Amino acid sequence: MDANYIAILPELILCGLGILVMVLIPSAGREGQARLGYLSLAGIVAALVASALLWGNQGTALFGMVFQDAFGNFSRILLLFASGSIALIALPYLRREGILMGEFFCLLLFATAGMTFMATSADLVMTFLGLETLSIATYVLAGFRSKDLRSVESAWKYFILGAFSTAFMLYGIAFIYGTAGSTKYQAIAEAVSRDGGLPITFAVGVGLLVVGFGFKVAMAPFHVWAPDVYQGAPLPVTSHLAVGSKAAAFVALLRIFQQVFPGLEGDWNFVFWTGAVLTMAIGNIAALAQSNIKRMLAYSSVAHAGYLLVGMAAGNPLGAQGILFYLAAYAFMTIGALAVVQVLSRPGEAGIDLDDYKGIGFRFPFLSVSLSVFLISLAGIPATAGFMGKFFIFSAAVQERLYWLVVIAVLTSAIGLYYYLRVIVLMFMHEAESEPPAPTLQPSLRAVIGLLILGTLVFGLYPAPLLELANQAVQF
Amino acid sequence: MELVVFYLFAALAVVTALVVVFVQRAVYGALSLIVCFAAIAGLFVQMEAKFLGAIQIIVYAGAIMVLFLFVIMLLDPQKEIFVGRKPALLIYASPLVIFFGYVLLRALLDAPQPAQGSLAERGAIREVAHALFQDYLLPFELTGILILVAVLGAMVLTKRRPAETE
Repeated sequence: MDANYIAILPELILCGLGILVMVLIPSAGREGQARLGYLSLAGIVAALVASALLWGNQGTALFGMVFQDAFGNFSRILLLFASGSIALIALPYLRREGILMGEFFCLLLFATAGMTFMATSADLVMTFLGLETLSIATYVLAGFRSKDLRSVESAWKYFILGAFSTAFMLYGIAFIYGTAGSTKYQAIAEAVSRDGGLPITFAVGVGLLVVGFGFKVAMAPFHVWAPDVYQGAPLPVTSHLAVGSKAAAFVALLRIFQQVFPGLEGDWNFVFWTGAVLTMAIGNIAALAQSNIKRMLAYSSVAHAGYLLVGMAAGNPLGAQGILFYLAAYAFMTIGALAVVQVLSRPGEAGIDLDDYKGIGFRFPFLSVSLSVFLISLAGIPATAGFMGKFFIFSAAVQERLYWLVVIAVLTSAIGLYYYLRVIVLMFMHEAESEPPAPTLQPSLRAVIGLLILGTLVFGLYPAPLLELANQAVQF
Repeated sequence: MELVVFYLFAALAVVTALVVVFVQRAVYGALSLIVCFAAIAGLFVQMEAKFLGAIQIIVYAGAIMVLFLFVIMLLDPQKEIFVGRKPALLIYASPLVIFFGYVLLRALLDAPQPAQGSLAERGAIREVAHALFQDYLLPFELTGILILVAVLGAMVLTKRRPAETE
């Protein structure tokens, strides 16, 4: 074990470029801010390539602080892909809203570094620091439209509840350290297998840890912040919250419960079982009542956290594989849907009520059809990646004989069909009430949306390659 | 003699911590917290962890509490905000207090007795530096990034937007 800096090359690129962008902001001028955005995007792509090159490595690095395994690299690539798309989608948005500032990309780079550190962390201290770097950057990003009260409200709510959940997590880490005598994952795993029945303090520590992560992934009953925060945040930041931040928390949770505490599984399945049922039910039912598409997608994101928790409740390698696959599918369809909503909205984020979608189907065919593809995938209809993801996760639960959980999951997905398909019906089968001006679709956005559609459909029809990579990733 | 000093500091820490929770004015709470941190520093020193004791005074009782007082001064919380909600809070909080009190007490009773002077070895500057710049090098660096993000974030939230300056 030595200071092998190659192991954290993607993070070094992200942090180094973040600092560089920060220094360049004042000298770049008003017009140069967009160039800083492209520079950040190039950095994210470079980090992605670096993660792919590190694929075959094994073991730990930097004095046992980070793993260098396929799981870490798979998660890194997933998170970097999400951040890269969000950076590209954010550029026209920031310009339109008059807040094109290099700081946005700087914060996004640091947040991404925090996420990838969570994915490779081999020590609770690292996991915590990665999570905090992600969270603090995201609080600020949520309040980036500082002239809009909803954005400020979103940042405040997220900040206060996020700080609160951080306290839970730290208290949990303290309990685990006190019982296991170390914060290193491997040492904790050894303590778990050596002592067998660990004292109550350890269980309390793990419980508090689950509460802390529960806040981050919006697991019911800790989801109450999510709708307001998602709705108020600028649209690209909503994508980051719903995809990047949530995926990072799930990846860390997977690592802890599948790799570190495999001996604990039986005791904790029930917690995830209950969380999954509550989250799926609340998310899907509340989404039915929404009249604003951003808020509807926020509740849909809560519901999707529930489907992912079904995989956690299954607690087997197939479940872990399913979660990784679903996180990728979820990234394609959620970022895509929110990108289309962004293009269709008007400055100041006006025009995102469901009524605004009436009759636009044949007027803006590319946008309407892409939104339909993403929504169909979110609803879990076959031939899309969303369906495949759900299928793998639910089969993992069936393998563990969690029949009731699967029945509830399928029933709540059926509720989900209604509100996803309603948007499509509004777009194609209703008359427009007004004639809003045609939205401008930048070539870069067209390319991102096209790429996301491609991902949604290709992995929906031919999931084998992605599934095989996920399979390699969960061989801890 | 040692025992007397221990109980003195321990009682001071517990009483001032309770004052922090129950006092009405935030400023008094913050001042009381300084005394609490100082008392804990005293306990550290008594366990021969002199470096930790000094850090406790400089960082917590010093720097962090100055920041707390600044924030309280800037926000100027009015007294009435804190009055009137207490009984309800107490009802919600008491089961949690009892539960965590029980867990901590159990942990304390179950814990093996630490060997004499072990903290003196682990709390020495050399050992702390060794841990910080070798085993915990990466977390140390990441903490730097974390603080940088916080500074940048504070600046972004207060900076004038390009659109506003036009």
